[in-house]
Amino acid sequence: MSAKITRISGPVVACDRSELFAMGERVAVGKISLVGEVIRITTEFAFIQVYEDTMELKIGEPVAATGSSIMVELGPGLLTTIYDGIQRPLITLQQQSGDFIARGAAADALNRERIWQFIPSQCVGASLSAGSILGTVQETAAINHKILVPPLLSGRLIYLVEEGGYQLSDVIAKLKTDKGEEHNLYLYQRWPVRTKRPVGKRLTPDLPLVTGQRIIDTLFPIAKGGTAAMPGGFGTGKTVTQHNLAKWCDADVIVYIGCGERGNEMTGVLTDFPNLIDPATGCRLIERTVMIANTSNMPVAAREASIYTGITVAEYFRDQGLDVALMADSTSRWAEALREISGRLEEMPAEDGFPAYLPTRTAEFYERSGKVQTLSGEVGSVTSIGAVSPPGGDFSEPVTLHTQRFVKAFWVLDKMLANARFFPAIHPLDSYSEYAAELGQWWSKLSPQWQQDRDQLLRLLMEADKLQGIIRIMGEEGLSDHQRKIVMAERIIKEGFLQQSAFSPKDRYASPEKQALMLQLIMRRLNQMLDDPSPAAEAVKKFALIELIRLKDDLGSDESDKILSWQGGS
Amino acid sequence: MKDPVIYTQLDRIEGPLIAMLLELSDIGYGEAVQLVDKQGRTRNGRVVLMDGEKVTIEVFQGTAGLAKENMRTRFLGRPITLNLDPSIIGRRLSGMGEPIDGGPPLAGSGRDINGSVINPTARAYPQEFVQTGISSIDLMNTLVRGQKLPIFSSSGLPHDQLAIQIAQQARIRPDLSGHTQDLNDSSKELVVVFAAIGVKHDVAVRFAEEISGRTVSFLNLADDPVMERLLTPRAALTAAEYLAFELGLHVLVILTDMTVYGEALREVASARGDVPSRKGYPGYLYSDLAALFERAGQIKGKKGSITQLPILTMPNDDITHPIPDLTGYITEGQIVLSRDLHRQGIYPPIELLPSLSRLMGDSVGEGYTRNDHLPLMEQLYAAYARRDEVRMMSRIMGEDDLSEIDKCYLKFGKQFEQHFIAQGAGENRSIEQSLAIGWQCLSRLPVREMTRLSKEELAKHQDIWQTSSIGVTD
Ligand SMILES: Nc1ncnc2c1ncn2[C@@H]1O[C@H](COP(=O)(O)OP(=O)(O)OP(=O)(O)O)[C@@H](O)[C@H]1O
Ligand SMILES: [Mg+2]
Repeated sequence: MSAKITRISGPVVACDRSELFAMGERVAVGKISLVGEVIRITTEFAFIQVYEDTMELKIGEPVAATGSSIMVELGPGLLTTIYDGIQRPLITLQQQSGDFIARGAAADALNRERIWQFIPSQCVGASLSAGSILGTVQETAAINHKILVPPLLSGRLIYLVEEGGYQLSDVIAKLKTDKGEEHNLYLYQRWPVRTKRPVGKRLTPDLPLVTGQRIIDTLFPIAKGGTAAMPGGFGTGKTVTQHNLAKWCDADVIVYIGCGERGNEMTGVLTDFPNLIDPATGCRLIERTVMIANTSNMPVAAREASIYTGITVAEYFRDQGLDVALMADSTSRWAEALREISGRLEEMPAEDGFPAYLPTRTAEFYERSGKVQTLSGEVGSVTSIGAVSPPGGDFSEPVTLHTQRFVKAFWVLDKMLANARFFPAIHPLDSYSEYAAELGQWWSKLSPQWQQDRDQLLRLLMEADKLQGIIRIMGEEGLSDHQRKIVMAERIIKEGFLQQSAFSPKDRYASPEKQALMLQLIMRRLNQMLDDPSPAAEAVKKFALIELIRLKDDLGSDESDKILSWQGGS
Repeated sequence: MKDPVIYTQLDRIEGPLIAMLLELSDIGYGEAVQLVDKQGRTRNGRVVLMDGEKVTIEVFQGTAGLAKENMRTRFLGRPITLNLDPSIIGRRLSGMGEPIDGGPPLAGSGRDINGSVINPTARAYPQEFVQTGISSIDLMNTLVRGQKLPIFSSSGLPHDQLAIQIAQQARIRPDLSGHTQDLNDSSKELVVVFAAIGVKHDVAVRFAEEISGRTVSFLNLADDPVMERLLTPRAALTAAEYLAFELGLHVLVILTDMTVYGEALREVASARGDVPSRKGYPGYLYSDLAALFERAGQIKGKKGSITQLPILTMPNDDITHPIPDLTGYITEGQIVLSRDLHRQGIYPPIELLPSLSRLMGDSVGEGYTRNDHLPLMEQLYAAYARRDEVRMMSRIMGEDDLSEIDKCYLKFGKQFEQHFIAQGAGENRSIEQSLAIGWQCLSRLPVREMTRLSKEELAKHQDIWQTSSIGVTD
């Protein structure tokens, strides 16, 4: 006799015969087999979060155990695909059920029909450890996908197909373990989303993830394998920044998670990325991208899962020795999904109704990023960048505070800057990055005085900020001439260097060379102005400082060689 | 089929909720229910919790007068639906979608008012510029077909007038964008779906009188049942989806007042004992609002579109209140009205700095409006923001001590508010006129302040500075 539904409350359902189930087990709920996961077991009942709308379910409908946990499929076919939070391919769902998503829809995450050209790189008889590379598949023009022995499995290779075209269902290799068991291997593997994939060892992130955004790369950089969070009220530029990073950062693979945000934003990614070219590889951006879209109106339980689906996919590409960047927009919506499920379980809330385990879960998520030596000895990384949407723009709320504890770069988006259409609205004084010191060396190769220039730039901003306080009380009259020059310098730095429009064709991406040389030029001119004996107003004209503001939009990254000799355009 | 009518005793009555114990296993979660009390009065409800034999029902007309005994209950075996066919256009309906215009019952097939999620792969990215004739919107916060763009207002401000003006003036400019597929179609007027959620009688009358043309109205007025408000926007959006995606029409949905909707939701949530988050609103307020606002948009291969213009009043003029805050997190921008501008007699009192249209970046400029649109907008924003800083300074130290350039900014601000932001309630400006006024206002400032505009753009508009009264140039 199977278990039966005894209780239905929004996305949470309970059933009897709790002895049939394990925590975290995937179950089929109701006659139409909605996907669910067991999240609590009591003497009598098992509680299940259901990944689809529970409308029209009835008391007494069956709940069936599956014996496995929530898994994702990992293999060729991930790239260019857009999934929902539990890895159902949205394009396939559209083909099955039309423009609106139907309940109970099911589809394989990876296409079973498609034939992939597999090139083996091992020989039968080889003794293979977990994570070893069996061969490769050129998945897209951008990515040569390495087919791996699954983690936790090792042994002697007793069968390997020859080079040729194979489907995912074809056995491509057989492994015999020390205990004598034989395992079939395929072009793809499965992995439970809530478990992190094992690595050889963890390494210290020491190379920058170049994003092409000056305020990030120059002031608050993030390392490959690092973590960053971006808190900001509505409309301050979280999504545009995430999109910019997904477009221009120098990772090999992008995993973009739209977690509880707008449908049109994902449509935007789907329309833009096939037409944009990756400056590093010359390939279309979509060819290095996996998208996960669980928009705000899709079921909350699947929203909760989307983050794990995303990070597991990211880890899988990392295990191939690739640098992966993961964007999650917005982690606040994930936390709210946790809160909603927790509320339905009638758990005791901690702060603002969030469950007490919010900080633990947040830490676990960010801990899955990092630079690692993979099981097969290669170096790969997962960089995680999460948007945070604090209610009322108040940064003292639980999600912002807990996230801040677990990330090393913190980009604070400022409402006032956004209102003045000053983008990116990353606050230059409140933001920070713990990677800055480490990454300075990398930049010194592009411009020897880079570290010095950057530090001075920040110092000028800080001094000017203090002076702004005086101006507010006494007006500019209250300032000495030198102080006025500092205020002027602030304006040039902000408008001429920090500001960068996502819509400026020549400036939406700034190469490291462009950034380093602009910094050098601007700081040189500012120092000339500051040291010049003439009064502020005159000095500004003398060194054509206002003209400097236009430089960023006038010279593209391919014209960086003209920067140092730039004379103010036209 | 099960016998739909059962007589039963209620187990509990609490706020808008009733609970009953039933042996029946044949009830679906979310199912629609009809209740007839001892006096023979009919009420509607839906199943919100099922626990063993206990079924909890949310009653839309409230529970006043209900007693535990002798309740006639009918489970309808389906979710709450709205019947739709082309004759819906022109109808006036209650907040639950029942005719109140004396006309016949609604015909056509019934549709679940909760709708379903548009697959993100099926959406067409909104890019069609809608000219509203209002400069602060068209030039500064462009409305795009298929967008959800709310008006954040406060009590006593002319949000109704603004919404009416937009509904009357909005049109596509096929002559600008070579992109519009069918010119004939776009010249047709919009169909307006109007949902009144707990608004006063006179507001509803005003909308009815002033929005000419083809309209469908769903009216839940201030003295109508509170819980019914949870259904009103859902019914309206179901009608809109039918008109847009099945009849191929361009639909403008006006939802007012979303704050009242949120309050109704809070009321049920607290009766249910849901864990409150901010200000007593339930944690799922965000998802609930998103389920409404995400029903705007366009679908690939379908002719129609749904553009949403929700109106909400900010309690205490507080934009960080949960309703405007969460709305801002879901919608594609917002038009914020200001009490300060209203007091100065400026109509429409649109406060530009916190206003935003997120879809504007990809929908204006060459091929959509004009290529100076985006930089001009940015320059006006930068200048207006700077004016705000200067004004704050001048309030502390007086205008006389300001530098020359700061004084220019004050003058610019005044001119901008009086000539650009302010316009008549019937004044319908073309985007070209708005652009021209925008340039004119900038000429109050020295050319060298124009750091957001390229030299080429400035060269094209040189003459404005030459004739400008200000005479400050380099
Ligand atoms: N780098 C940028 N360059 C130009 N414009 C920008 C930039 N960043 C943001 N914007 C502008 O700000 C608007 C809002 O940005 P965005 O949608 O990213 O906000 P958000 O922080 O994600 O808001 P929400 O939390 O509501 O999703 C954009 O539509 C765009 O007009
Ligand atoms: Mg966003």
